[in-house]
Amino acid sequence: MGKLKYALFTGCTAKQSTPEQMMSTMAVANKLDIELIELTEASCCGASHLQDYDDFLSLVLNARNIAYAEKHELTMVTICNTCQLNTAMTKHRLDNNAELKAKVNEKLAEVGLEYKGTSLVTHFLYAIIDDFGLDKIKEMVVKPLNKFNIAPFYGCHNIRPSELQNESHNKKENPYNPTSLDDLIIACGGVNVDYEEKNKCCGFHVELQAPHTAAVLAGTAIAGATDQNADMMVTPCPLCHLKLDTQTKHSSEAIGREVALPVLHMQQMIGLALGCTSEELGLKHHVTEVGFI
Amino acid sequence: MSTGTITTQKVNFKVFRFNADEDYLPYYEDYSMDVTSEEVVLDILNRIKWDHDGSFSYRRSCRHGICGACAIKVNGRSTLACKESMTTMIEYFGNDLTIEPLSTKRAVKDMIIDKGDFWEKHESVTPYLVTDIDEAPTCENLVLPHDAEKLNEADLCIQCGACHYACPAVEVNEDFFGPAAFAAAYRFESDVRDSDTDRLKAINEERQGVWDCVKCYECAEACPKDINPIEKITKLHQMTFTAGIAKSNVATRHAVGFLHSIKKHGLLDEGGLVLYSEGLGVVKHIPVALKMFKKGKIIMPWNMPKSDNLDEIQKLIKSSSTAKF
Ligand code: SF4
Ligand code: SF4
Ligand code: SF4
Ligand code: SF4
Ligand code: FES
Repeated sequence: MGKLKYALFTGCTAKQSTPEQMMSTMAVANKLDIELIELTEASCCGASHLQDYDDFLSLVLNARNIAYAEKHELTMVTICNTCQLNTAMTKHRLDNNAELKAKVNEKLAEVGLEYKGTSLVTHFLYAIIDDFGLDKIKEMVVKPLNKFNIAPFYGCHNIRPSELQNESHNKKENPYNPTSLDDLIIACGGVNVDYEEKNKCCGFHVELQAPHTAAVLAGTAIAGATDQNADMMVTPCPLCHLKLDTQTKHSSEAIGREVALPVLHMQQMIGLALGCTSEELGLKHHVTEVGFI
Repeated sequence: MSTGTITTQKVNFKVFRFNADEDYLPYYEDYSMDVTSEEVVLDILNRIKWDHDGSFSYRRSCRHGICGACAIKVNGRSTLACKESMTTMIEYFGNDLTIEPLSTKRAVKDMIIDKGDFWEKHESVTPYLVTDIDEAPTCENLVLPHDAEKLNEADLCIQCGACHYACPAVEVNEDFFGPAAFAAAYRFESDVRDSDTDRLKAINEERQGVWDCVKCYECAEACPKDINPIEKITKLHQMTFTAGIAKSNVATRHAVGFLHSIKKHGLLDEGGLVLYSEGLGVVKHIPVALKMFKKGKIIMPWNMPKSDNLDEIQKLIKSSSTAKF
């Protein structure tokens, strides 16, 4: 296998409120000898909200991001579930509608760009599983996480709508019984925890307009993992991470029970197993303490 | 029926039982059965009733995926019993299956639930055409194919409730209309003959309306008719802006705020978005913001990263914007 190389769409969160996610992505890529070319020209994907206001503009901006990955002739890798959904949905719509694609390209031409549809768009989690291989990760583990019960939190926008999501990776994921993150936990030597909320929503996207709904959903998820004896949770999505890590006070109040668990980004978990230091993985940037790790 | 080979395998069922008139609490009954690859979930319900316990209750009528009566949950997944093949269920969940009503807390008897909230919410969106009828028309009232297409699949809804009881927002917020009601609202909003003005206002209200949807896509996944309610919800969001009824509140400013932020930085300015969306309400976020600040999770405005080639993004926003607020 030659060296794996991808165009990295960081999204906004990794550049702001989850710096630890950016750090651990780079640290893990380094360990796995994966080359990530950061798409510094990319804009925000609109996070499923811009399209509520202006669908066409959201398509144009997302198509522009993909066009930059195409320029590098690389698969675009995302590190945020919502970035993945918005980008893959844009790709799906343009690849299946020549008229729409032409309209979008008319706009992109104004800035000298073109969306061709030649780059795949996939989440880092699936790139690792499909292209790198969990067996190889397993072989590289130097610090197996076998002391820990780890609860996978998949996040909606990586598993639903499944028809669309399963276009982006080889490993078919069942949205009602997803396994990719469980498999990754096992590859890292950890004990995967099965709990009801693992494929449910954390509520992040309505945090401002429906804070109670958001807090109940996040609180219920943390409680579900706690009740199955999880020592920590792990997620592939920085937005889920923000909700589960930083909002425990509201979540606890909403469900009438004190809840808090350390929450790792998927990259941090891999990094720990591969022997990265806690500085490299940015563990000090967590709100809920992860000190014991 | 089929020409292929019929295979059989043993499946263990854990079946929800409850009779609101007699039982204090629900319980689960175990049944073990040989299931053939030809069967659908409804066949299993029938066999429980016919072979094991005549009092077992569930709804079904058409047996053809049309009446919407038979939706239940298999291992937590909303399922139209007469349509879903057992082979798929076994493929999804293995040979231990849990059969439950769509909503256990609304159970009346076994699989039968009180769907009252579903119908109430359905009614709240004026689920019919509102229009002036010419009592003595001189010609047929034509809807051109191009206009009929606007309904998308929304008129194929069979009111089975699969999406509604899969929706976490319905579960948490009892005022929330839910995906099926929104799909119905969209069906009539997109009908060229309709002239109602209240429907869109109702779905634009906080708590009950589209702004409280958490965007989890559970409804899209659950619908046996491929209605894709969340896609209709997105269209309704857009309609509230086009119709000029989207009020300036935290939800709408949140959507529009993305545009302002992208225009300025290319990326989203997270702090700026909260400030813009909440206005003075921002004070309630200060405790969490302080905690985040201490952990290096908040970037000061002067350090806000910007996309390269920001001028391109700004140019595209100018030329491609289609909405106004
Ligand atoms: S989903 Fe979030 S992190 Fe991803 S690009 Fe959009 S706003 Fe940024
Ligand atoms: S789980 Fe939360 S952050 Fe993740 S995709 Fe769903 S709502 Fe968004
Ligand atoms: S996407 Fe919205 S309407 Fe659909 S199930 Fe989720 S919260 Fe409910
Ligand atoms: S939208 Fe689909 S799942 Fe929801 S009630 Fe209609 S047919 Fe059933
Ligand atoms: S029995 Fe009518 S839809 Fe299943």
